[in-house]
Amino acid sequence: MAFEGLSEKITSAFKKLKSRGRLSEADVKSAMREIKLALLEADVNFKVVKDFTKTVTERATGAEILESLSPAQQVIKIVNEELTKLMGGSNAKINISPNPPTVVMMVGLQGAGKTTNGAKLAGLFKKQQQKRPLLVACDVYRPAAIDQLKVVGEKLDIPVFEMGQGDPVEIAKAGVDYAKKNAYDMVFLDTAGRLHIDEALMDELKNIKAEVQPSEIMLVVDAMTGQDAVNVATAFDDALGIDGILMAKMDGDARGGAALSTKAVTGKPIKFIGTGEKLADIEPFHPDRMASRILGMGDMLTLIEKA
Amino acid sequence: MGFFDKIKQGLKKTTAAVSESLGDVMAAFVKVDEDLLEELEEAMILADLGAATASKAVDQLRDRAKHERIETREELRTALCDILAGMMQEDSGLDVSSEPAVILVIGVNGVGKTTTIGKLAASYAAQGKRVMLAAADTFRAAAADQLTIWAKRAGADIVRHGEGADPAAVVFDSIAAAKARGCDIIIVDTAGRLHNKANLMNELNKIDRVIARELPDSSRETLLVLDATTGQNAVSQAEQFNKAAKLTGIVLTKLDGTAKGGIVVAISAGLGVPVKYVGVGEGIDDLMPFERRAFVEALLPVEGDE
Ligand SMILES: Nc1nc2c(ncn2[C@@H]2O[C@H](COP(=O)(O)OP(=O)(O)OP(=O)(O)O)[C@@H](O)[C@H]2O)c(=O)[nH]1
Ligand SMILES: Nc1nc2c(ncn2[C@@H]2O[C@H](COP(=O)(O)OP(=O)(O)OP(=O)(O)O)[C@@H](O)[C@H]2O)c(=O)[nH]1
Ligand SMILES: [Mg+2]
Ligand SMILES: [Mg+2]
Repeated sequence: MAFEGLSEKITSAFKKLKSRGRLSEADVKSAMREIKLALLEADVNFKVVKDFTKTVTERATGAEILESLSPAQQVIKIVNEELTKLMGGSNAKINISPNPPTVVMMVGLQGAGKTTNGAKLAGLFKKQQQKRPLLVACDVYRPAAIDQLKVVGEKLDIPVFEMGQGDPVEIAKAGVDYAKKNAYDMVFLDTAGRLHIDEALMDELKNIKAEVQPSEIMLVVDAMTGQDAVNVATAFDDALGIDGILMAKMDGDARGGAALSTKAVTGKPIKFIGTGEKLADIEPFHPDRMASRILGMGDMLTLIEKA
Repeated sequence: MGFFDKIKQGLKKTTAAVSESLGDVMAAFVKVDEDLLEELEEAMILADLGAATASKAVDQLRDRAKHERIETREELRTALCDILAGMMQEDSGLDVSSEPAVILVIGVNGVGKTTTIGKLAASYAAQGKRVMLAAADTFRAAAADQLTIWAKRAGADIVRHGEGADPAAVVFDSIAAAKARGCDIIIVDTAGRLHNKANLMNELNKIDRVIARELPDSSRETLLVLDATTGQNAVSQAEQFNKAAKLTGIVLTKLDGTAKGGIVVAISAGLGVPVKYVGVGEGIDDLMPFERRAFVEALLPVEGDE
């Protein structure tokens, strides 16, 4: 894989370095080049990479080389710590409303994984917390979107509220009312995929939000997203004030730099990851694992932790 | 509206979202110096061309700027467009001459395969071709329902089985039906699959073999659909899909957003596969033939464009 050699590359960048004492700025600079390339290859946004390497350079320069670690390991350790810090605390949870139903609104670009992962989340709450979720079909545009939601709902034995191809704002409102009347304590709104620059459709989301006041607006981001992830996350956050991010399709081999980028620009936590097409394939997000994945050197970090 | 206009229209919408664009970089150009080249490299990375391709392009640009005494900003832009366009494979359109021709459409989850098939079917139907859609995504919830809606919109026939059926069997049946009904083109919709899943890639390979066995003399196209928002992972996608079913072309979807899809430059260069179409929306007409030159120009907008 692409960066299995990252630690070797950093080691060779430190070739001329004496193994004792402190790291100089010049020492760190050459290592930073390799790190920068690795992060870019992992699709971390260019500007985020710039800020990040600046922080790491500052911390690493002058750092004492610990007895137990080589200079390369020392730098990687700092990189890992900073990455983990940037990615935010683990265990971020869905906001549960004190007055049920808790409304969770799934939003994002076309094909990101909203419908599948919204259903997975509903299934998770049903199974683990004995909640009574309701799925609401607010995607009136995509061909067979309602059928899709019905199929996943049936598989999970969770009912689907739909009003055909009506107005999504009305449907959301009616869905929440229906939940209240029928003692459903969670509502998952499946909204249509849309571009963050599509004003009319972004307004639609704002109107849904105003109408039903969801306690959680979850932005679904495809783990394979490239440099554009920052534009998308910023636009959705500016328009709606998102509460959390769900990274879908983490079962692929993408490094997932989009996770770092979206977190860095919105400051909003990544709460869950989608790890497959099946409805049980969802997990809480672990920032430390993501850091290792982005650098593509999980084992190396385990080694450092042991040292 | 032409390809370039449509893409430019997309780019125009991006003003707020994209703060640092190549347009700005170009505007600042006075003469070729290293700072400028570095900025160009950054701009290419932001367009998802990838660090390696960007650095290669900049090296070539530096050489050319020296040899050809490039001095104006516009000349530099043209030179970079030449370099990037030159890296990409030239497209010769889809070959559907020996009938029934088969277009196999593959890619990872949610990239736009089914939608692209709907658009393609509509365009062939409009040319008077009889089109058969094979609903070989028997896995995803309501995938066949979605394709059925597209078949109706496009005026195409469809063969579908129940959920969980063997996709190769769907393909087999659709070929038989197409022969019986005298269809000109069969377009096969496959389930989205991640390229690192061996069993799913084997399933795809099996579909590919069924087509080859049943229609040895037909024209064949195998299109990989890539989402323009995808970053460097697209390279790995293209390599793995190419192993399971030899690619003849790429369709780059969702170019109507702010993502530029620059990664296809490296893929087209690396695999020698041309990009054939771009998707620029969710509507039935939002598919356009790819144009290398227009595409790279859209990656590098002119001054005052933003
Ligand atoms: N491998 C994998 N596939 C996923 C995951 N999440 C979703 N998918 C697949 O991605 C594709 C798109 O998922 P959807 O849930 O339909 O996405 P969406 O955001 O609702 O799409 P639109 O409604 O069209 O905007 C489907 O093929 C899903 O099965 C995941 O975590 N892993
Ligand atoms: N904006 C935009 N959206 C598109 C484009 N092409 C497809 N889409 C949307 O992307 C989403 C996914 O498209 P599909 O055609 O279902 O994708 P797929 O690859 O068949 O998905 P799976 O079968 O689940 O793997 C849908 O919401 C489409 O409307 C495009 O060119 N631009
Ligand atoms: Mg959906
Ligand atoms: Mg599909």
